[in-house]
Amino acid sequence: MIRQSAAQMAAALSEGSTTSVELTQAHLDQIAAVDNNVKAFLHVDAEGALAQAKSVDAQRKSGEKLSPLAGIPLALKDVLAQRGVPTTAGSKILQGWRPPYDSTVVTKLKDAGLVILGKTNMDEFAMGSSTENSGYGPTFNPWDLTRTPGGSSGGSAAAVSAFQAPLAVGSDTGGSIRQPAALTGIVGVRPTYGAVSRFGLIAYSSSLDQAGPFGRTVLDTALLHEVMAGHDPKDATSINAPVPAVVAAAKSGDIKGMKIGVIKQLQGEGYQKGVQARFDESLQVLASLGAEIVEVDCPNFEYALAAYYLIAPSECSSNLARFDAMRYGLRTGDIDGASAEAVMSATRDAGFGREVKRRIILGTYALSSGYYDAYYGSAQKIRTLIIQDYAKAFTQADVLVSPTAPTTAYKIGEKVDDPMAMYLGDVATIPVNLAGICGMSLPAGLADEDKLPVGFQIMAPAMQDQRLYQAGAALEAALLSKWGAPILSQAPALAGSK
Amino acid sequence: MSSLSRDDVAKLAGLARIEMTEEELVSLSSQFGMILDAVARVQEVDLSGVKATSHPQPLENVARPDVVLPSLSPEDALSGAPAKEDSRFRVPQILGEAE
Repeated sequence: MIRQSAAQMAAALSEGSTTSVELTQAHLDQIAAVDNNVKAFLHVDAEGALAQAKSVDAQRKSGEKLSPLAGIPLALKDVLAQRGVPTTAGSKILQGWRPPYDSTVVTKLKDAGLVILGKTNMDEFAMGSSTENSGYGPTFNPWDLTRTPGGSSGGSAAAVSAFQAPLAVGSDTGGSIRQPAALTGIVGVRPTYGAVSRFGLIAYSSSLDQAGPFGRTVLDTALLHEVMAGHDPKDATSINAPVPAVVAAAKSGDIKGMKIGVIKQLQGEGYQKGVQARFDESLQVLASLGAEIVEVDCPNFEYALAAYYLIAPSECSSNLARFDAMRYGLRTGDIDGASAEAVMSATRDAGFGREVKRRIILGTYALSSGYYDAYYGSAQKIRTLIIQDYAKAFTQADVLVSPTAPTTAYKIGEKVDDPMAMYLGDVATIPVNLAGICGMSLPAGLADEDKLPVGFQIMAPAMQDQRLYQAGAALEAALLSKWGAPILSQAPALAGSK
Repeated sequence: MSSLSRDDVAKLAGLARIEMTEEELVSLSSQFGMILDAVARVQEVDLSGVKATSHPQPLENVARPDVVLPSLSPEDALSGAPAKEDSRFRVPQILGEAE
C-alpha cells in the first residue's frame, strides 16, 4: 500500500477500499521500521496524525465533500510552524519550542484533510545542501545510507524516497527542494516566488525562500502544489492571482511544439559524466515527443553563485537577529547580574551551528558600511542581470532545462569542511531563486558510474508553473515506459522496509 | 587573495552578538579568504547603469485594511518564553547596575 502514488491512495480512499487510519498506520509502521537508519524525521506525531485520519474517515463516511488529497499522509519540513508540535528548523536554538500558531501552509494542509505524520530533518535554518548542518545529526540517503540525501530539505526528500510518506513539503531558497529531489530519485517543485505563503515559514532569506511540494510522481506533486498555493493576506509578498492549473497540466503532458531551451552555461564542464549522459538522453526523449530543442545563452549565470552567497547570508544575518533569547527559544548564561547582551551572545553561540554562524558573519561583513556597495550592492545588480538573462531566454523557449545538480549524492562528511565545494552543488538551482521564477526536478535515471539517481531540472517563468508539470509529465511518462518500472524500484531495499 | 584576520572575525561576531570560542574564530578566519574571493566575483562585471533588485516581485506598499483581527492571546504569546513574570517576558538586565 505504501508504494502506491498519492493519487492511487486517494482513489482507494474514495472507493472505500481503505481508510485514512489504515493508510496512516501503514506509514507510521514504515517510519518505525526504517527511520532508525534513514533519520528523516525529527519528530513523529503519531497521535495527531491518527486523530486527523480518524476525523477525515468520519467526514467521508458521513458523505461530506472532501478535497482530492483528504486522508493522505504527508511529511512536513521542520521549517514550518505547526501549532503545539515541536518546530526547530533543525536548530538547537529552537529545541523544545512549540509554536502557538499554524503557518498558512499547515492551515491549508489541515483544511484539505492531509494527515501530517511529523516534522522532517533539515540543514539548520535551511542553510546547507546535505542535511549535515542539522543540529540533530544528518539524514541518510535511502539509496545508499553512507551518502547524503541532499538538502536542505533532505529529511522530506528521504521520507518520500523511503516510502515513509507519499508526499512531503519542503522549502527552497537556493535549490533546497530540487537538489534533494534529484539526489533521492523523486519529484520536487519550487513554485514561483510568492505563489505559496511564507507566513509561518521560519525565514532564512526572505527574498528567496519559497515552500513547495515533493512527490514520487509529477501528478502527486501537482496535487500537493494546488493545496499549498494561493494568495495570503498575511504574507505581503504573496501573489494575488489564481493558482496556475498545475494538476490539469500534469494530466495532459502534451508537449508537441513546446520550445525547450537548454542553458549553455548549465552543462558540460563540472558536471559528472553520468549526470550529463542522463540529461542528454532526456533531451532526446523530449525531442522525440515533438518538442523543439534550442540552446539559450545566459552569460550572467556565471555570477549567480557569488551573488547568492552574498544576498542569502546578508538577509539571514538580519532575519536571525530575532533569536535573541528574550521571547522564545533557548536562553543560556542568564545568571544573576549578566547583561541582556551577554545572555544574547552566549545563547547565540550555544544555539547556532557552524554553518549558520559562518553565514551570519559573512552577511554582517557584506552589509557593513564601507563594504555594502562592493558586496551586497553588486550582488543585487547581478540579480537584475540574471532576471534579464531569463527574460531573454524565455522569448526563445517556453521552458528552460538543465541537470538539477552537477553530481549524484555524495558521501556524508565528504564536503563538510569545504564550504565552497558544498556551495558549488547549488550552481544550477540558484538562478531560479534569484529571479523568483519556478523550477522542478524529476528523475532522469541513474548515473552509469554509481547507479545513483540523476535529476532533470525544468524552469518556467513566474506564475507559469503549469509548464513545469506539462513538460515534466511528458518526460516522466516516456521514461517510465522506457524503464518499465518507476525509478525507486531500482533502489536497494532498506532493512525492515515493508 | 582576500583575508579576514582573527580580530576582524571577532569584531564581526561581536556585532552579530555571537560569542565565539578561540577555535571558532581562527577556523572561520582561515576559511573566509576563500569565501570572500569566490563572492567577490560579483565585482568582475561592469555594473554601471544596472539597477539593483532587492526583491523578485514588483510589489510596492502592500497594506491591509485597518481593521482589528484576532491575534495571539497573552498566554499563547508567552508560551515559549524562557522566563516570564505575570503577563510579561522576564529579560536579563538591560541597563548597567551603576547607571
